[in-house]
Amino acid sequence: METLISNGTQIEVNAEGYLKNMNQWTPELAHELAQNENIELTDKHFEVLNWLRAKQAEGTPLSIRKVGNSGLVDIKQFYQLFPGGPLKISSKIAGIPKPASCI
Amino acid sequence: MKKLLILGAGTAGTMMANKLSRNLNKNIWEITIVDKDENHYYQPGFLFIPFGVYKPEEVIRPKKEFIPNGVNFLIDQIQKIEGDKNQVLLTSGKVLNYDVLVVATGTIPVPEETEGLKGKLWYKDIFDFYTFEGTTRLAKKLENWEGGKLVVNLAETLIKCPVAPLEFTFLADAYFTEKGMRDKVEISYVTPLSGAFTKPRATAMLNQLMNEKKITVVPDFYLQMVDNDRKVLISYDGKEVPFDLLVSVPVNKGDQMIEASNLGDEDGLNFVPTDKHTLQSKKFENMFVIGDATNVPASKAGSVAHFEAEILTENILSYISGMPLEAKFDGHANCFIETGFGKGTLIDFNYTTEPLPGKFPFAVVGPMDLLKVTRANHYGKLAFKWVYWHMLLTGKRLPVSTNMSMSGKVVEAN
Repeated sequence: METLISNGTQIEVNAEGYLKNMNQWTPELAHELAQNENIELTDKHFEVLNWLRAKQAEGTPLSIRKVGNSGLVDIKQFYQLFPGGPLKISSKIAGIPKPASCI
Repeated sequence: MKKLLILGAGTAGTMMANKLSRNLNKNIWEITIVDKDENHYYQPGFLFIPFGVYKPEEVIRPKKEFIPNGVNFLIDQIQKIEGDKNQVLLTSGKVLNYDVLVVATGTIPVPEETEGLKGKLWYKDIFDFYTFEGTTRLAKKLENWEGGKLVVNLAETLIKCPVAPLEFTFLADAYFTEKGMRDKVEISYVTPLSGAFTKPRATAMLNQLMNEKKITVVPDFYLQMVDNDRKVLISYDGKEVPFDLLVSVPVNKGDQMIEASNLGDEDGLNFVPTDKHTLQSKKFENMFVIGDATNVPASKAGSVAHFEAEILTENILSYISGMPLEAKFDGHANCFIETGFGKGTLIDFNYTTEPLPGKFPFAVVGPMDLLKVTRANHYGKLAFKWVYWHMLLTGKRLPVSTNMSMSGKVVEAN
């Protein structure tokens, strides 16, 4: 079990740095998490983060394709916002679990 | 008479027809199954055709051989499900009413989803092997191919039989080695996943195998388009991989009819939202979904459909007698993985337990080894063809438990 401190609050994260409890997330925390990924968050980033959190709360399994169909960004823009592994990185910043790939 | 209608006579639909016809009272229930194709394909055999291990005719049989007596079998195309009216429209104009519906319409590769995939190089230098046509054309191509860059690419993470592209790659390595031309072929495995597979222990083992076989794994590559003129794959973040011969696993989608019926989920891939434990549709309580057609987070594979069929039979019997649906599917999958040169490995897992090492199906004696490369696993895979045609399709019990068993598995500390 690991923890990080944000704004004086202890936040529990797993070994890969994903929040254990999505309710501990705040926009300020998102900015801090994004800095670790060298990303400066814009309003567009937050639109995507909020959408991901809403879907997670509904229990909808997430995929890059689903984000591309969200109407907020297409897949190319999603990659531009969160370069590298967009779904893995955005999920970490959104405070939700690492998306499970189905096999 | 009450009517039970099954859409699709592939692996899952055929198993359901057999199980239900044994379990439903024929004086009360009339069972009908519909499919557009007269032929049943042994899809696990498609993998072996490019390498000349199976001949094309070995993997085809008429579907009607496997549909039990007393079940109506219609050859027709399904146009639309009207769930609120409990009816299904067929292309011939026929309308079928039902009391209980089983959707088993599977998945198909859709190369048109990716720009340039089905372009001028399709079936010249670009092939799929998940269709009968693709795999037989690829076999011809490989016979005379002189070597170069062979790229195996997965266009999406959600595909049928997720181990088949790995097996294809291992078998290609063995095939070119045995032909004495392995030094003329560069093999790479280009995947949107972060490694060769999804689950940690199996990925570590498979990445190591790739390494030993001198196959380059290109991870986190999400295909945007194929440039036919320059012969390169281009990812959404602008990475490029050149090829001489591309073996593609295109985007997989559910049947077009699912979209026409407005029954697909938000991915736009036409898979039907389904309760992952009971296999009941989330939209209509008299609609059940099985096999590749569902959106449950399990592998799209015959073994999964087989285990689901056991659960779904129980649940349909409960449903029609007004009882709660108590049988719960646990996501159990069991897959042989061919690794080339007459050997294979085996994985057994479910929704919550990743593939672990150990013995299967019995502790200590096996005879199969999990997550280890052995000859016994290869013979298990080949023997499966007989089991498929003679036991699995006709819904006979196999000596493997429906829910995953931890017996024989070795749990190590992380």
